[in-house]
Amino acid sequence: MRVALLVTHIRAEEKLIIAAFNSRDISPDIILDRELNFNLTQGAEQLAPSGCAWRDYDFIFERCVSTSRGMYALAILNSWGLRSYNTYETAAVCGDKLRTSIALTRHDIPQPHTRVAFTPDSALQAIENVEYPAVLKPVTGSWGRLLARVHNRDSAEAILEHRQTLGDYNHHIYYVQEYVEKPGRDIRAFVVGDRTIAAIYRASNHWITNTARGGLATNCPVNAALDNICVRAARAVGGGILAIDLLEDATGRYVVNEINHTMEFRNSSKPTGVDIAQEVIDFVIEQVGAIA
Amino acid sequence: MTTGTPLCPECDAVILIPHDAMENELLSCEECGTELEIMCLDPIELELAPEVEEDWGE
Repeated sequence: MRVALLVTHIRAEEKLIIAAFNSRDISPDIILDRELNFNLTQGAEQLAPSGCAWRDYDFIFERCVSTSRGMYALAILNSWGLRSYNTYETAAVCGDKLRTSIALTRHDIPQPHTRVAFTPDSALQAIENVEYPAVLKPVTGSWGRLLARVHNRDSAEAILEHRQTLGDYNHHIYYVQEYVEKPGRDIRAFVVGDRTIAAIYRASNHWITNTARGGLATNCPVNAALDNICVRAARAVGGGILAIDLLEDATGRYVVNEINHTMEFRNSSKPTGVDIAQEVIDFVIEQVGAIA
Repeated sequence: MTTGTPLCPECDAVILIPHDAMENELLSCEECGTELEIMCLDPIELELAPEVEEDWGE
């Protein structure tokens, strides 16, 4: 089996994934996104930076930390008929919080009350519609960057003025959510195909609980309700290998907060006792083998 | 892999290279915290890792 592992650079997760491939006697070709140079009209006959023709790969495993590079590379490779994990469609939905919300709504999956507006004035109205405190998020981005919890009109006006001053047009798409009072933690669940293989609580005194921001990971038992909402959410965004971030609201109900398509899991295998990298790679190998 | 002592390009501290290190792997300097990328394993060549960009993430 010939595999291309598409990366920005090698992090702990990529080393675990390579080790998992190696344990099944597969040595993936590591392809750096900085070396990509596609001829859009030549198709899969052209050579990848590895020297191998793209068409000779059984699948592409995309692990770019650069969301835009990974997503557009998948758009090209999938358009040539190459199989990938995840697909461009899944990446494009998950890489955009607005599109994720649309997919969740379409599939009737609980999520925080969310509004979208395009000017500071209408965004202020949207914030007041969801009521204070509200959460303002960029539609793209990760690791809790540029999230703002807005407590009152003064801070709303200040944050909106700052956002409007930022040059990138993405900051002028105002994605506003209700603030969900959670019990000092959120949940990250790992879905592989149609299974929730593991989940962690991410606890923090800060309202942003990402482990990238210091959230403490402990095991979260996967009960039937959690598995059900996670698998449905994964299907809603196109399916694949996904990390579902959920909140527990005041009634204990799960709501899906966001979905990540190039998940980080270095802190999650130890508390859960699940070898996440191996589960992921075995799933992919089985899927590809079943089709071949 | 050579036995030369790799140094942090930012603060000149000695960088310990893991035995299973790979090219393009990220490391942090234990002295100054700077993130580094292994550009070459033989001989060891380290560069400052790229700055985090706005679209980086999961």
